[in-house]
Amino acid sequence: MSKQTKGNKLTVFPYGPQHPVLPEPIQLKFVVDEEKIVDVLPNIGYVHRGIERAIELNDYRRNIYICERICGICNFMHGMAYTETIEKLTDTVVPVRASYLRTIWAELARLQSHMLWLGLFAESIGFESLFMQIWKIREIVLDLNERTGGHRIHLSTNRIGGVGKDMDANLISTYFKQLDKLQKNYDPIANLFHKDAAFKEKTQNIGILPKKIANHLGAVGPVIRGSGIPQDMRTTGYEAYGELDFKPITYDSEDVYARALVRVDETYQSMEIMRQALKQMPDGPILNKNEKFPEGTAIVRVEQPRGECFYYGIGNGTIHLERCKIRTPTMPNIPPLLHMLVGYEVADINPIVHSIDPCISCTERITYVNKEDA
Amino acid sequence: MGLIQKSQLKSPWVLHFDCGSCNGCDIEILAALTPKFDLERFGIVNIGDPKQADVLLVTGPANKRNHRVLKNLYNQMPQPKLVIAVGTCACTGGVFHNCPNVLGGVDNVVPVDVYVPGCAVRPEQIIDAVVLALNKLAGLAQSEEEE
Repeated sequence: MSKQTKGNKLTVFPYGPQHPVLPEPIQLKFVVDEEKIVDVLPNIGYVHRGIERAIELNDYRRNIYICERICGICNFMHGMAYTETIEKLTDTVVPVRASYLRTIWAELARLQSHMLWLGLFAESIGFESLFMQIWKIREIVLDLNERTGGHRIHLSTNRIGGVGKDMDANLISTYFKQLDKLQKNYDPIANLFHKDAAFKEKTQNIGILPKKIANHLGAVGPVIRGSGIPQDMRTTGYEAYGELDFKPITYDSEDVYARALVRVDETYQSMEIMRQALKQMPDGPILNKNEKFPEGTAIVRVEQPRGECFYYGIGNGTIHLERCKIRTPTMPNIPPLLHMLVGYEVADINPIVHSIDPCISCTERITYVNKEDA
Repeated sequence: MGLIQKSQLKSPWVLHFDCGSCNGCDIEILAALTPKFDLERFGIVNIGDPKQADVLLVTGPANKRNHRVLKNLYNQMPQPKLVIAVGTCACTGGVFHNCPNVLGGVDNVVPVDVYVPGCAVRPEQIIDAVVLALNKLAGLAQSEEEE
């Protein structure tokens, strides 16, 4: 892209790594021509910790906990994807009840994450009190988390070969009751997102990502579904998803508004999947222990709230894994983000950056270290 | 006690910086500011500008990339200032202690006043930590007056 347009002088200004709108450190350098964005340069690595290396150094059974801490928001799904990888490497069969429980808790995590995003998004476009309202009803989901696993954020119920906690009849009826309460409180908010004129004004026709480019740049999750492509890893039928009835939600308008509505509707979908799974869940054992060491290679793809998450593991028959490669959904969503931003005004930066639901602590698989610093 | 010290105690402004945490503590800090826990009843406001902040909330372990940013933010804050290390990672490095890019707790980079262990911390613990920090700030203001 040219640095000189119509003879105007271009300005470069940094957005981040510490910024009031972003809770996490990412730096985007904007090249602007007065108010118009001409170019964007991303700069990541501020939260890189080297987890993939730590996974190789640790005992493979203890890695569940470090994988859960790749991202605190979709922690259950990271733990699930890691245990699925190890189960494939050790040929362990997961009991049916355990895979239903995993499905239910994964949807609980999605519910929590989407509500978190809707709140942050509302705040980023100036709807402060809506942010407070959404976070107030999000506490219902966190209370369910706490009743299930004993903690508001980290459930930590994944074990290799199943799950470590069961749900009794009392807890299941609490789930149904709380889901109804949640839906009742959520209805007016979803209605607002669908109908409010001010919200439409701020989000429609900005951050356009055409269907063809979304596919070409490899967007995942709600970003690609907001461009009209029904790509959802849950349709591959891992865990109990194959036995449940749902369809990927898509919108065709390709803008920030479409991506917001995909998430609004997916919260309803998650509640529906949870109800189905709770009704269909069979009785039986929840853990199938296997003392074999991981050997061979395995690939696991799961659908996280932000999109497809990819785990690739190589085992060598010892207590340590040879390699564990993790690709998290925000990383493939950064090139589409750069495409979305160019051509819009500085005031549109906040909603567009938020529309991909950036999760930086997931993304940081590489870093840049200055030689003089190290 | 001067007007500035009094207003700092009655309404401290916090700056939040994520050093490399998993987001668990960050979303709990936000949850502490929202209606169920409501940190704002103590006059506490989340602010993005280090030059207007009195308390720095740090989550996650310091690493080789962001320790400069953290130091910068700390140096830009006016005196008297307080640092709260939120979460086990910020206190000691926690679950990331043997990761190759991690330097350990944030006290390797900036002086820490209050440590809040927990993975992830609960909002009640954050409220408790801020109240402890305010007591320390009151002590600082008093000793300044005596001088």
